[in-house]
Amino acid sequence: METAEAGAQAQDAMMQEVEVHLRIKRFDPDVDKRPHWEEYFVKLKPSDTVLTALHTVKWTIDGTLSFRRSCAHGVCGSDAMMINGVNRLGCVNLISDVGTSLVIEPVRGLPVIKDLVVDMEPFFAQYRSVMPYLINADDPGYTERRQSPEDRARFDDTTKCILCGACSTSCPVYWANDQYVGPAAIVNAHRFIFDSRDQARAERLEIMNQKSGVWRCRTAFNCTDACPRGIKVTEAIEEVKRAILYDRS
Amino acid sequence: MVRENPCKTGAVNIHYHSYDAVIVGAGGAGMRAAIETAGKMRTAVITKLYPTRSHTGAAQGGMCAALSNVEEDYWEWHAFDTVKGSDYLGDQDAIDVMCREAIDAVVDLEHFGLPFSRTPDGKIDQRRFGGHTRNHGEAPVRRACYAADRTGHMILQTLYQRCVASGVNFFNEFQVFDVLFEGEGEDRRAAGVVAYEMATGDLHVFASKGVLFATGGFGRIFQISSNAHTLTGDGPALLFARGIPLEDMEFYQFHPTGIYGIGILLTEGARGEGGILRNGLGERFMERVAPTVKDLAPRDMVSRAIHAEIREGRGAGPNKDYVYLDLTHLPPEQIDAKLPDISGFVRTYLGLEPKTDPIPIQPTAHYAMGGIPTNVNGEVVIDSAGTVLPGLYAAGECACVSVHGANRLGTNSLLDINVFGRRGGRRMAEYVAGVDHPSVGKEAAGDVRDRIEQIKASNGKEKVAALRAELQQAMMRDASVVRTAESLENASRVLAELRERYRDISIDDKGSVFNFDLTEAIELGSLLDLAGTLLAGAMARNESRGAHWRDDYPVRDDANWMKHTLAYREPDGTVRLEYKPVVGGRYQPMERKY
Repeated sequence: METAEAGAQAQDAMMQEVEVHLRIKRFDPDVDKRPHWEEYFVKLKPSDTVLTALHTVKWTIDGTLSFRRSCAHGVCGSDAMMINGVNRLGCVNLISDVGTSLVIEPVRGLPVIKDLVVDMEPFFAQYRSVMPYLINADDPGYTERRQSPEDRARFDDTTKCILCGACSTSCPVYWANDQYVGPAAIVNAHRFIFDSRDQARAERLEIMNQKSGVWRCRTAFNCTDACPRGIKVTEAIEEVKRAILYDRS
Repeated sequence: MVRENPCKTGAVNIHYHSYDAVIVGAGGAGMRAAIETAGKMRTAVITKLYPTRSHTGAAQGGMCAALSNVEEDYWEWHAFDTVKGSDYLGDQDAIDVMCREAIDAVVDLEHFGLPFSRTPDGKIDQRRFGGHTRNHGEAPVRRACYAADRTGHMILQTLYQRCVASGVNFFNEFQVFDVLFEGEGEDRRAAGVVAYEMATGDLHVFASKGVLFATGGFGRIFQISSNAHTLTGDGPALLFARGIPLEDMEFYQFHPTGIYGIGILLTEGARGEGGILRNGLGERFMERVAPTVKDLAPRDMVSRAIHAEIREGRGAGPNKDYVYLDLTHLPPEQIDAKLPDISGFVRTYLGLEPKTDPIPIQPTAHYAMGGIPTNVNGEVVIDSAGTVLPGLYAAGECACVSVHGANRLGTNSLLDINVFGRRGGRRMAEYVAGVDHPSVGKEAAGDVRDRIEQIKASNGKEKVAALRAELQQAMMRDASVVRTAESLENASRVLAELRERYRDISIDDKGSVFNFDLTEAIELGSLLDLAGTLLAGAMARNESRGAHWRDDYPVRDDANWMKHTLAYREPDGTVRLEYKPVVGGRYQPMERKY
């Protein structure tokens, strides 16, 4: 019972409204020459998300604030942003996690279009460049291909990617070098390179071996820290590097 | 993207494109259709999001098909379960098509590269799901093919990967606000759409021989919802505004296990893996309601049972307004392997550990059984005689074939998008090959341009977010799991007032770049119209069937109500109802016991 009471008290605390101070980097191409900061104060529960904080600003204070969002629970990948200096999804970080003083900026490394909305086209072009689809010329007939649970597990981690861009836009190399395909594209190459059903391993490894590929990675681990899906991004990049060096068949 | 001579009319640039096939929406149904047309004809896929943001990706549990990979199963058993689950409102010709082609649909996805969870001998693994049984209700059957608890994510990613491989032409972050027709009466046919480009505020007329709508659901009419913020029923609403009827809109599914207070979905697969529902007294109340399948009864029955526990004072928590999903007796390694994502949601949003803590849940608005009426080929039909409107197609949640009838079984939505996305795409491809290009021009964007300018120019005193919240609260209170004539009249009164106030809205953002203030205002109009069709159908239907439960008419009335509702918009904005018969088949209506 004691733990139940303590739990109830903790839950009560999560329901008490607190004042949240947001500093948001704003930019409207129709009127602004350069970005500027705006401040807002909103009342929220500690269990509310950063996305709820942004919605509260947009819906009750300033409707001109623009940010992408859709599912609001971390599976669609729309709302990657920089929260207090690190890349996070707004919808999976609670006020109780990030605090009541928030600095919110668009992610880096992609052109800002308006407020928190960045141009995702370069990101998706990098994704497309790694041939992100299963290639297998054999006719499997009218039944499924077999794949052992062990083979299936080999690439499970990188199937979780939601293409939010948090990893790539946290990477110092990606910020500085617009040739680098970035961690997200490598994650999606990894997903096929290590799929036992795929037959284009050599081609993908060749793409990864180019100067835009894995060798740009300086193992800063920012990507792994930023990934909202918990993918071991740096490890995936290292696995691709090792495959290029030792296992290109 | 090709920009063809933008012309300036007023403040808005209008562009013109010509295609053979336009697909509106890039979730599972839209992309599955695109795979059928890409490379064969000029195809544009127009989506207000990026394709991988679509809500197909939030589906968790699985996709049923009678593969018999782990135990004996037949597609006819699947069809029986679907008919019974639909409370005998599903059309049996369409259900046969879906359940038979389910097997192909799963194999197709595997060939496309979908990383299904596997059996020890490398076949696609299958698990139990609500309402799916062996031999006509004997016991739960393992029929749901899955990839951990992220099956929808894998389907969405795989279909997108296949579209990338096929070079599908996407118009990302373009929102369609109007559909175009040409010809009159029997010669009327689809001629294209008008889309708003989020990044610039420009308008685009897409003239097209074929138009397929795959815009998903409208779960944002309710306060507690598993649906994305962007699920606002844009496709059904704009077709309704242009005189196309909507079918069975009163049948709206509440999923039993939404996270308490926020509605985020916790898959039925959790109960498929052995999870149990308990009330505030710790009782496994589903044993009383469905003695055979217990916690794996269909969603309408489980949601009503939860509602009853709470109403009768057996809820949990300080306000006794939720029940528990209990996974604590499952092996921790099973939770990690089979239910990793939902465990993460529980830790993130509730701060609880599903391996040791029961999870507070409540029913959450989840899925529209109703929508744009179609036949089994995805062709939109506009009356009770099944008359096809040439060139117009719909698939997925926005459509009503009807395979789900009054209550959809879990996993049949992922199946629906794959089977009928493919069929709709194929039929559109056949049609497009035999007709001339429509002759619509840039002037077709006039109505949309005027509406946008009017909203931006308005100095009205009403705010979109406030009206939307009031709509969602009223619909949740009065038109959700349990309804009465009185509650529906209450909701209708609120809706009438909100529609009046909607005419007096204004927005803060008058700009042209990523103006979500504007798109949310237009989306609210869609939600209000669709809520109107739901309430009209629900008030007229004096019976209880599937997800439509009337406390004042608590029995199913097959003599008078074995029929589909068609809601039409009258010129004065009111809703006129017609009805069309249910297509029968092998299975006669019986009492629905589990």
